[in-house]
Order: sequence, then C-alpha cells, then structure tokens
Amino acid sequence: MPRLQVRDRRAARRKAAWRRRRLVLGLMSPWIVGFTVFFGYPLLASVYLSFTHYDLISHPRWVGTANYAFMLHHDPQIWNAIKNTLWLMVFAVPLQVIFAFGVAGMVVRAKAGVGFFRTVFYLPTLAPAVAATLGFTYILNPATGPVNTFLSWFGITGPLWFESPTWAKPSLVLLGLWGIGNAMIIFLAALLDVPRHLYESAQLDGAGALQRLRWVTLPAVSPVLLFAVVIGVIEALQYFTQAYVASSIVGGGAGNAADPANRLGYPEGSTMFYPLLLYQQGFRFFNMGYASAMAIVLLVVAFAVTLVIIRNTRRWVHYQAGMR
Amino acid sequence: MSTASAPVPVAAAPAQATAFVRRRPPRAVRRKRALIAIADHSILIALAIMFLAPFAFMLLTALMTSDQTLSAKLWPHPFHWSNVTEIFDKAPLWRYTLNTMIYAVLSTIGVLVSSIPVAYALSRLRWRGRDAAFLLVLATMMLPAQVTAVPLYVMWSKLHLVGSLAPLIIPNWFGDAFSIFLLRQFFLTIPEEYSDAARVDGCGELRILLTVVLRLARPAIAAVGLFAFLYAWNDFFGPLLYTGENAAHWTLSLGLSQFRTQYQVEWNLTMMATILFMAPVIALFFAAQKAFVEGVTLTGVKG
Repeated sequence: MPRLQVRDRRAARRKAAWRRRRLVLGLMSPWIVGFTVFFGYPLLASVYLSFTHYDLISHPRWVGTANYAFMLHHDPQIWNAIKNTLWLMVFAVPLQVIFAFGVAGMVVRAKAGVGFFRTVFYLPTLAPAVAATLGFTYILNPATGPVNTFLSWFGITGPLWFESPTWAKPSLVLLGLWGIGNAMIIFLAALLDVPRHLYESAQLDGAGALQRLRWVTLPAVSPVLLFAVVIGVIEALQYFTQAYVASSIVGGGAGNAADPANRLGYPEGSTMFYPLLLYQQGFRFFNMGYASAMAIVLLVVAFAVTLVIIRNTRRWVHYQAGMR
Repeated sequence: MSTASAPVPVAAAPAQATAFVRRRPPRAVRRKRALIAIADHSILIALAIMFLAPFAFMLLTALMTSDQTLSAKLWPHPFHWSNVTEIFDKAPLWRYTLNTMIYAVLSTIGVLVSSIPVAYALSRLRWRGRDAAFLLVLATMMLPAQVTAVPLYVMWSKLHLVGSLAPLIIPNWFGDAFSIFLLRQFFLTIPEEYSDAARVDGCGELRILLTVVLRLARPAIAAVGLFAFLYAWNDFFGPLLYTGENAAHWTLSLGLSQFRTQYQVEWNLTMMATILFMAPVIALFFAAQKAFVEGVTLTGVKG
C-alpha cells in the first residue's frame, strides 16, 4: 500500500514536470520557430553561399574561397566602403555621443522648462529616417537651401554639402547630430541618478567644475556611455537608409540613369558605406555569393568590435555595487 | 543643478561654520548665479531653435510654389496651400498609405501576440537553459539586418513572395528580439507575490499570464506596440528589398522621393509629402508620451 503511494506520487510529479516542460515549450515556440527560420538557417546558408557563385537563377556553384580572395585583392570598391564605414565609427559615433551628453548636461542645468527642452531635443528622433534625410538634403541644398542662404548673409559661401565628396559625409553627420534624442534621454536619466551628495562633498573638498565632471559625473554615468557607444557602433555598421536616400535624391540629375542604385555612393563614392555595397552586389547585380561573403565579414567584424569595446572598457566603466 | 556656482564662503568665518545655518548668500554670489542661469538658458534656447529649425524650413518649403523653392527666399509668398492636394494627384499616396498601414498594423499585432508569451517564459518561469535562451535573444538583437538578408531573400523568392508585403510581415509573427527584451525587463519588475496569490487560488500559468501579468504590464505592452508600429512605419530597407520592383506594394517611405521633374527635385511637393508622412508619428508621440519615455528608459533604445 505505501509503496503504491510512493509510485503514484512519483508518477504525478513526473507528469507535473512534463506538463511544465510542455508549457515552457509552448510559450517559447514562436521564438524557437522564428530563431530557426529567420536567424539560424540564414546564418548557415550565408556561410555556405559565401563559398559559391550564385545569381538566383542557376544553381549555386562551389568556388571555394574565390569570393573572399576577390574581396581582398580585386574589388575596386570595397576598400573605399570599409574606409567610409570606419570613418563613421571613428568620427561620427564619438561626436554624436559627446554631443548627446553635452545636450543632456545642459538640460539638467535648466532651472525651468526641463520637460519642454527634453521634448524639443527628442522630437527629431521621431522623424522617420527617410523624412529626415529628405529634409536635410533640402536644407543643405547648395544653391537655394536655407543654410547656405543664411551663410550668404554674412558673406560666407557655403560648401556644396551633399554634392561634394568632401562634405557629403559631414552632412550625414549633421543629420545624425539632429537625431541624438534617444541617447540624450538615457544620459538625462543617468545624470539625474547621480547622487547629489557626491557633488556636495566634492565641492567641499574644493573640486572645480571640470574635476567634478571627471571624478564624479563620468564614473557614475560610464555604463550608460558604454551602452551608447556600443549601440552607436552597431548602428554605424548597418548605416544604410540615410546614405541611400541622400545619394539617390541628390545624385538624381539627368545625367544618371533612372535606377537609383546606380547613384549609390554619390558623389564619387564618398557615401558608399559597407552595407550599401553589400546591397548593390547582392540585390542589384545579384552576386549573391559575393554578397554573402561580405555579410559574413560584417558579422565577424560586428561581433569583434562589440567584444573589443566591452573588454577594453571594463577598466574605466564603473559599476555601482549591486548594479549591473 | 548649480554645479558651477561658487562655493558658499562659510569657511571664511570658522565660528559660523560650526553652527551651519543656511543663510541667504551674499549679493555678489547671487548675481553670479543669476548670470550663470541666464547663460545656461540662452544656450538651451539657441540649441532648441537649431533643433526645431529643420522642421520649420520643411514646413515653409512645403507651402511654396515650385518657382519659390528655386529662389533664396525663406518665407512662402503667397502660401501655396494646394500643394496638399497636388501630391495626392501626382503620386498614388493613398495606395502607399494603405500598404504602410497593412504592414504596420499586421506587424504590430504579430509582435505582440508572439513576443508576450516568450517574454513571460523568459522572466516568470524557471527552467533549465533559460539564461542561454535569453542570451540568444540578445544576440539576434545585435545582428545587423544585412547579414541574413541574402538567404532570406532567396527563401522568399523561392516562395514567390518577393514583390509583396508578406516577407516584411510574417517574421514579426515569430517573436521580435527587441520586444521580447523590453517585455522581459518589465515582467521582472512585477512582484512574484501577485502570481503566487493567483496560484494559491488555483490559476494555471496561462491564466496568470492573461489576467495578472498582462494587466500589470500595460505600459510596457503599449510601448512595445508603439515601437513595433513605428518601426514598420519608418522601415526603408525591408520595403526596398522586397517591394522595390513592384510599385503597387510600395510603402510611404519608398514613395516619398518620387516628386521630381526630369532635371530636379520638386522640393515643395517632396517636403509636403515628408511632413504628412511624419505628422502621424509626432501626433502618436504626443498622445502616448508616457509609454515612449517608459520604453526608452527601460531598454535604452528605441525599436
């Protein structure tokens, strides 16, 4: 009799555990399917396709490492694309983070209208990337745009902005600085979280404004700064829409063919970033194998860059006890 | 925070320093503080003007005649209100709006329906492999879209769905990493006692999810729905890839840049269309500001 009870209990427990496992599996099932079909499979397929020649019509043909060799030695465009993307990571991302931090720092100092300023600085972030880019190509229009008109009142001849190989990337940076709202909001929250008493005791110890920034503010907000840099770098690696729209609308003079993809990188390849080249190779020229090889390199670089940033910053990023 | 103001000179008189009483600071200090406050606000106002100026210029240009956009004048004279209707005559904007709505609404529903249960399993249930699964979710969030674009394009083209909105909508019905992440973060903040009380009352996990957690997580769900909608509304790469060749399925983001003559862009019409494209987003923001701020501070990024 007792033995039977034990067996019953064990069976019941097993049944409960089984039911629980089924519940977890059921709840997770959308993601399991999604992860397999839209992430796992394409990742493996990318690796395979990167060793083939494939144009979507005939079957993929195995070519070994030819795609990678072409990338390294022969592709006339790729080094320019890599250089441009690196430029974004080295100049544009830090500039945006510093600017967002500065704006947040100014908003914190406001005695009145904090809510108003926060809304105003956030608003441009809401403008869809296509809309914001179209707006900036007009505002920075060399001949009749408001910015150059404004500069001409002071006798300054404005640059050609999106029309000039030197100024096209800085124009995109201006566009990026306009849309720092998200970073600004998290910096603002972080700055408001810094304990006031730290500032007061630093002040009593005779620390000036710069010293307080260096020894109180920066350590306290460093995790958020790191987060903003990582997100910024990842976004820089996939920078696409703004460059595509700007080059296709500005480069769309009568001289160019109707297909906007032929204007990618206008002017003179100065806005040809890595993802644009990948798009052009894969979906305009249908060099699917080569585009896959580029995708794999992008994946490896994205992973490595994130890892390097996080590793190297352990030294200066300060996590408060109990906070992760 | 008056970080830059001078230290209050209490140390000058040690006798007073011991009996620390907050007194009205001397006149010179007060004046310096006032000047700093004025400087701060001047900089802020200048910055605010710079942030708002692009909107103003876009709006003004949208109301110009074509001739005026080619001049250096900044103020429309006369105001050319008929641009509002002209853009609908010149391009099938209603068609694009309908497509954008189909994409955005179906995606939003899909993201909510598929991400909520996953986030629940990743936050409120304990099981082996949970942390590993969560790490995988985070990894997919960090992955550039271009990495998986080629095989997915091949897959959709084999299913003969390239040229339609289906490749954009369907993936959203299988869990969206960012939404799962945001919902999980919020679910973790709901005290376990609520679920335990429901369990004592004999509720199963599904009932707890549907009655207790969903009700308490309304702000997070609103934020996720909002971000999913905006992502689809703003998306450019997806529609370009899958509907670029088939103008009947273009979304607004693709259709905006077609106001041009053979030689130049028709800036007034382009700006009018751009403003009409932005307006719902900004209206949505002011209507649901709380959900926005909640979502941004919870995760640090917008979807």
